Amino acid sequence: MTDLITYVLRGIPFGCVFALVAIGLVLTYKTSGVFNLAFGAQAYVSAAVYYDTHVRHKWPIIPAFVLAVLVFGPLVGLVLDRLIFRFMRTAPHVARLVAALGLLVAIPQLVNLWFGQSPSFGVEGIWPSSQGSNFAVYHFGDYALNGDQVATLIATAVVVIGLTALFRFSDIGLRMRAVVESARMTELSGINAGRVGTIAWMLSSLVAGLAGVLLAPLFAQVSATNFTVLIVAAIAAAAFGGLTSIPLTLLGGILLGVAQGLLGGYLPPASVLAQGLRPSLPFVALFLLLIFWPSLRNRREVTDPLAGVDPPPPGLAALERSRGLTWATRIFALIVLAIAIPFVLSSNYWLLLGTEAVILSTIFLSIVVITGMAGQISLCQATFAAIGAFTTAQLVSNYHVSVMITILAGAAMAAVVGALLAIPVLRLGGIYLALATFAFALMFESVLVPLDWVGGGANPIKVPRPKFAGIDFANNKSFFFLCIAILAVVSVLVIFVRGGTIGRYLDALRGSETAAQAIGVNPTRARIIAFSLSAGIAGLGGGLLATQTGIAQPADYNSFLGLFWVVLVVTLGSRTVEGAVQAGVAFYVVDEILKRIGINQSWQPILFGLGAMTYAKHPEGILEFQKRQSLAFVQRHLDRMKRRGAPAEPAGADEAGAVAPTPAQPSSERVGAD
Amino acid sequence: MALLEARDISKRFAGITALDDVSLDVEAGEPVGLIGPNGAGKTTFFNCLLGLLRPDGGRVVFDGRNITRMPVYKRARLGFGRTFQRIELFSGMTVRDHLLVAERAHRGTASLWKDMLNLSRATTEEIEKADATLELLGLLDYANRPIESCGLGRGRLVEVGRALMTEPKLLLLDEPSSGLDRVETEELVTTLQSVQRERGTAILLVEHDVEMVQSFVSRLYVLDFGTLIASGTTAEVLGDATVRKAYLGEYV
Ligand SMILES: Nc1ncnc2c1ncn2[C@@H]1O[C@H](COP(=O)(O)OP(=O)(O)O)[C@@H](O)[C@H]1O
Ligand SMILES: [Mg+2]
Repeated sequence: MTDLITYVLRGIPFGCVFALVAIGLVLTYKTSGVFNLAFGAQAYVSAAVYYDTHVRHKWPIIPAFVLAVLVFGPLVGLVLDRLIFRFMRTAPHVARLVAALGLLVAIPQLVNLWFGQSPSFGVEGIWPSSQGSNFAVYHFGDYALNGDQVATLIATAVVVIGLTALFRFSDIGLRMRAVVESARMTELSGINAGRVGTIAWMLSSLVAGLAGVLLAPLFAQVSATNFTVLIVAAIAAAAFGGLTSIPLTLLGGILLGVAQGLLGGYLPPASVLAQGLRPSLPFVALFLLLIFWPSLRNRREVTDPLAGVDPPPPGLAALERSRGLTWATRIFALIVLAIAIPFVLSSNYWLLLGTEAVILSTIFLSIVVITGMAGQISLCQATFAAIGAFTTAQLVSNYHVSVMITILAGAAMAAVVGALLAIPVLRLGGIYLALATFAFALMFESVLVPLDWVGGGANPIKVPRPKFAGIDFANNKSFFFLCIAILAVVSVLVIFVRGGTIGRYLDALRGSETAAQAIGVNPTRARIIAFSLSAGIAGLGGGLLATQTGIAQPADYNSFLGLFWVVLVVTLGSRTVEGAVQAGVAFYVVDEILKRIGINQSWQPILFGLGAMTYAKHPEGILEFQKRQSLAFVQRHLDRMKRRGAPAEPAGADEAGAVAPTPAQPSSERVGAD
Repeated sequence: MALLEARDISKRFAGITALDDVSLDVEAGEPVGLIGPNGAGKTTFFNCLLGLLRPDGGRVVFDGRNITRMPVYKRARLGFGRTFQRIELFSGMTVRDHLLVAERAHRGTASLWKDMLNLSRATTEEIEKADATLELLGLLDYANRPIESCGLGRGRLVEVGRALMTEPKLLLLDEPSSGLDRVETEELVTTLQSVQRERGTAILLVEHDVEMVQSFVSRLYVLDFGTLIASGTTAEVLGDATVRKAYLGEYV
């Protein structure tokens, strides 16, 4: 009995911190429509500032707290809103999600650049004590809480009461709620949605910063991973509250904290279950909540009743296509290949990098299928690659099957898991799909990967190179060409599928799900096929990567690395095969360039993470956009030169008229019409 | 038996009753109108018929089958065609592609491999069928244009063409004239009339523009605040005093 109460008491402060971040999440989601996955990272900013000033530079508690929480917290929110999210108020939810993902990747790296990489220990909390933060014990009968825990409880109570009062009674709170319903509608009625959004961002970042400073002593260290995982626990708590209710969110957070406390207390600490289940509880909870929680079931993205008012985004650069342009792109690609391949073959170093880039490009094709073609953000592509790699490794080492066959078996396994996962998850759609896949990825990583029959436990499994058709691919050169051949086959497959019936259905679904259904397209079937195909491709790439490196190493398929992959591909171009290849090459080239010119390599994720902000403007990818623009430019010049030579064609009046109009109505008309 | 029988359809949104026991019949091949002021529940009713919204009460019978719980895409394959008040097109596709994908979709599902790989590129037959519809709508010259280059008027025609490719028995048109000018509206009416006559497609038309409705339909239903307040032949209904007060009063 005593144990029980102790474990519960120990869990509550953690739960409060989860709830604090969750409340910030709900607040910005409701006011700006952005599901800010980067809140954990923002909490990390404040924690790092507090640690740096208070512990390293011996500032007293109060100024350190003021700087870290009251200054840095809102400041980060202000910057994010002003520079990024205010321009995304009417952007499609995928664009907003991609932007948040980019920040999730970039912010921790920026903080690490500033304060140094290693996790920092010896954190002190905000509770003043002369004997170190673990003292100052408060007794409730037999049970005790330390100062940091008490501080957490008090801070949570203040925030919850304050925010509830704000929403209930204050003018700005009411406006925030109005903005949530429809940014444009409120703007029409004279409320400045931008201002309200900014205040919400500052407020919720303040709360995130507070959570960060409170959490650091509970974890006894400041490290980026703890804080990025924190966001998952917070999302689970927010999901418990249906992404709307603050009291339920608080309850959800506390329940999660208590459950973690109980698991930690009752499970024997050395057991596999304790090591796997306890840290992964938030992931499991989130996954189950998303799929089974009634207030989220069948929930689609909130649609803005006035969403049709804005003119549609400018047409994709891909629309500027013509046979000539397509051929120009292909010839350009061939020239690049003709230069790159001999270069890669010139040294073993470049050969290994080149092979990895080719394999990564294959994996990235899976993102082209799920995101570029099906328009869904899946955050578990690295998991599918891992499934491919581990299947390959297990089959090779236990059954001595030929490596090439096991790689295909790994792909098939990933495809099956993808299809099974798709059935419950696809019903969610939009941002919930992204969250559920992320939860799945973390769950897989922390529960299954450590098991002997999956990831091989403490000793990762060795995978030899394939040997078939009389060729031993242990030779790096022949393996490089094998990888290129596989990439080519998968590319052709993707191009075929894109042009086939399913590809057309997916195009239609991306354009308008309603209209696609109304002509008889079964959205679930089309998307399950896309999801499964995408998983299979990732699995294939994962298996290849394992034979390339010679070992199926969990770190190569880390789920945060998977997030970065998505950000990278989406930023550079997720619509085309070239986009995937460019992303695969860029991953290594940028890294290599940074290394050569002596710049810290964490700039790579920072660059790409911040680059994700361009997605809202160029959904086909920034590189793809630039390339097509320049090629179209070249073509226009060629045309003009040709025309100068030939007798002038009569300029069709129709030709000129077709470019200008867009299928939007003037907004004045629309407002009255519905 | 009527082609479409909607019985006692009710739909409530938080706080408001958008539809209250609405019943409506459409005979095969018949043009029927549904009018009512803004917010009367016309679009909601369409969404309930097609399954985009699940009605809280009532049933929908189509061609003798109770389809109240059928998913949208299956209803579409049974013979519902639909255009949208707020235009819904497939960005990134050409005009002809809109029709081709509709043609493919309504025929339902081929084998997985056929659907996935390019073994089933548009056949000449499919292209001819699409082009015949484009011709009927006067869109043939724009067949290869990206949809983004079409104005609103042409976009609405593409929506009609896309719906026609599914060989609907019943075409649901939600305010097709909104945002069109006089000339475009007249052209649209002529086209729709020829579709209705030549293909024997029943049409349920939601419209603001009473003149357009008059020139087109034989029977009329009037919806006001979610309830039917009148139904009958066009002349009867437009002569009715309640209707004039509730509806025309706003516009005359
Ligand atoms: N998704 C929805 N959520 C809440 N209320 C809605 C929704 N759709 C429509 N309504 C409400 O239902 C009523 C009927 O709307 P609608 O069917 O669009 O009218 P009409 O098409 O006749 O102009 C309106 O009061 C509208 O505000
Ligand atoms: Mg309407």
